[in-house]
Amino acid sequence: MPPADHSGHDHGRGHDHSELSELQLRVRALETILTEKGYVDPAALDQLVENVETKIGPHIGARIVARAWIDPDFRAALLANASEAVNALVGFDPVSAHLIAVENTPQTHNLVVCTLCSCYPWSVLGLPPVWYKAFPYRSRAVIDPKGVLADFGVALPPDSEIRVWDSTAETRFIVLPMRPEGTENWSEERLAGIVTRDSMIGTGLPRAQP
Amino acid sequence: MSNTVHDMGGMHGFGPVEPEPNEPVFHGRWESRVFAMRVAMGAARLWSIDGGRASLETLPPLTYLTSYYERWFNGLERQLVKHELVGEDELAAGKSLRPGRAVNGKLSLAAAQRVRGPMAPFERPAPAPARFQPGDRVRTKEMNPATHTRLPRYARDKAGVVEAIRGCHVYPDSAALDLHDENPQWLYTVVFTGRELWGEEADPAIKVSIDAFEPYLLPA
Repeated sequence: MPPADHSGHDHGRGHDHSELSELQLRVRALETILTEKGYVDPAALDQLVENVETKIGPHIGARIVARAWIDPDFRAALLANASEAVNALVGFDPVSAHLIAVENTPQTHNLVVCTLCSCYPWSVLGLPPVWYKAFPYRSRAVIDPKGVLADFGVALPPDSEIRVWDSTAETRFIVLPMRPEGTENWSEERLAGIVTRDSMIGTGLPRAQP
Repeated sequence: MSNTVHDMGGMHGFGPVEPEPNEPVFHGRWESRVFAMRVAMGAARLWSIDGGRASLETLPPLTYLTSYYERWFNGLERQLVKHELVGEDELAAGKSLRPGRAVNGKLSLAAAQRVRGPMAPFERPAPAPARFQPGDRVRTKEMNPATHTRLPRYARDKAGVVEAIRGCHVYPDSAALDLHDENPQWLYTVVFTGRELWGEEADPAIKVSIDAFEPYLLPA
């Protein structure tokens, strides 16, 4: 566990408590300045935080995947135009306008990265985890995707091809993982329960047990 | 700047990926405030999403290589000073010393209730037909602009195949410099073999794609 108030995975060099406290003070001061100058409304800031902490997250993506598993028409629509299909399904404000769903098959496993910054499909997966934004993943996913998958404990069949999607524009990618065997009679809700966040990034597979 | 440390695809030495079990959305309140301030200041409409990215990429390398939200905070301060929203003296004083300047918008609570991510579409009417079609062989340009670009170094001067056309989008290389200079360009998914990118020792089972704007591409 990193110390509280510290996203320690991004970097090797340590920060002592006083340095962090100074940063916290600077953050607080900046919010005061922006508020006093009339640029931000603190209530709107609270709402933005609430959105990403409680409203958007991988549960949305899991619902999309589960529906694609049970509904061939939705699956086809999702792969043809994910933004339209997802807006029709979830029914909230438009998701990222340029959402693209990429489907895992027995031959090809998909992995999504943003080597240049931290592009991620917020509207269906929420904010990215620290590791997605951190340097080990950003640097290695495009040159050593199998090594990255090994860091996650994921081993693919030896003849699998790996396709890495580097999110270099405003297009955003969600992986449609393969439906695990033995789930043929499951309900959509139960299926959604085994769709992990990482399985929709490509660094995991749907859990065998809910 | 484009050849800065942010362009890290293919670099060695950063160690293993370390997933954190049951990771919280934010590691401390200050991170959540930095996140919210940065998103909210987008409503001022003084810089584009790529202008914001450029503010991070132009941080000194050792500042860039801190944690994510430290980077966001330092980049935000620079943007605010650059666009004369906040003075260096005010940052030093930790308080406002004069009224704010005019901006082009402010995120209201009602708008924040609708914000779920960067939703505004980046697609624009096309000024010309697409130069390439799916299946076309292309080569990315060798280029090293001193300003922002979204063509990573590892994918420059590489042979690939156009897999899909993604529409005509705001061109980051222009919009990073001037919010109003959208200069729309066709956007393509271009796929490369691992061996083309990394040499003959690379795993033949790997393919990597980028989404590349038309000015990055030449016919091959």
